[in-house]
Amino acid sequence: MEHLADDRVMQGHTAPPKMSGWRGFVADWASDQGAFKGVSWGKAMMWVFLLSDTFVFGCFLVAYMTARMSTVVPWPNPSEVFALEIGGTSVPLILIAIMTFVLISSSGTMALAVHYGYLRDRRKAGLLMLLTAFLGACFVGMQAFEWTKLIHEGVRPWENPWGAPQFGSTFFMITGFHGTHVTFGVIFLIIMARKVLRGDFDDGRRGFFTSRKGRYESVEIMGLYWHFVDLVWVFIFAFFYLW
Amino acid sequence: MTDATAHADTQHHPIKLYLAVWGWLFVLSACSYLVDYIGVQGLLRWSLIILFMMLKAGLIVAFFMHMKWERLTLIYAILLPPLLILVFVGIMIYEANYTLLTRVVHFAGGA
Repeated sequence: MEHLADDRVMQGHTAPPKMSGWRGFVADWASDQGAFKGVSWGKAMMWVFLLSDTFVFGCFLVAYMTARMSTVVPWPNPSEVFALEIGGTSVPLILIAIMTFVLISSSGTMALAVHYGYLRDRRKAGLLMLLTAFLGACFVGMQAFEWTKLIHEGVRPWENPWGAPQFGSTFFMITGFHGTHVTFGVIFLIIMARKVLRGDFDDGRRGFFTSRKGRYESVEIMGLYWHFVDLVWVFIFAFFYLW
Repeated sequence: MTDATAHADTQHHPIKLYLAVWGWLFVLSACSYLVDYIGVQGLLRWSLIILFMMLKAGLIVAFFMHMKWERLTLIYAILLPPLLILVFVGIMIYEANYTLLTRVVHFAGGA
């Protein structure tokens, strides 16, 4: 059987001419055709997955808000809890700030990897993806350090030395889920970087699982996931660490 | 407004744009860290945190995730549903206040 791999078939590209703005919005949904025009199924599905993940993290943050608002015991001050001693002085939130900058840097290198992927510069794209993976691994490492420190100080999901016991459970839940996302992102980045560096998207080598030809768009889709992980951290940083 | 036709097939944009967005993300992160470092409190603190957070989120989604150049159909399909979380937040604010009230009334002192 002929492979359907040349994905243009799957994209609804045979649709009538595209309108823009509101008329386009109505037209896209109003007919028996692919709604997301100019977007491959892979990218559309990644967006839908990210939307579902948005709700997962949204629920975690709402649960955290509810716990923090309804406790009669004062909430531990994150500015002090996450302070580090540097040269004898206590700097508030410094590790979290460094983690934030590392993750943003990794988002930047990921965006550049997508850029060079579309330029078909597979060396630069692959190396930038490996750099992104490295920065992500650094982030997870610092998170492991942070967890270790807090656990040594007596933070548990059911108690902590400074105040409301729910602090521990929400902290481990939210940062743990986010760290897991980063970890999986690092693994996928390494797999994709290998494909890019080997030139799979140039010589049309078929994937071992789907037996389809990959395209450099896969780098962009990988990037969507990675930027989403950074995006979630923006919200966690604001609501959990700064609030 | 956006030159959607020019980028219809691939999301390929000048590298300067990415570097500018990257720079702004650094600046905004530094600003939100300074809010804590300086120790701004009260309403000003919360509004600054939310402001910097929304600006960062907007930059990431619009430029790094290329949402700015997508068609409205995809933008609305992805960006409107999360607004429902705000409804959930509203519901849980009532619930949390009620829980707090019962705790204060029935477990005075919060033991």
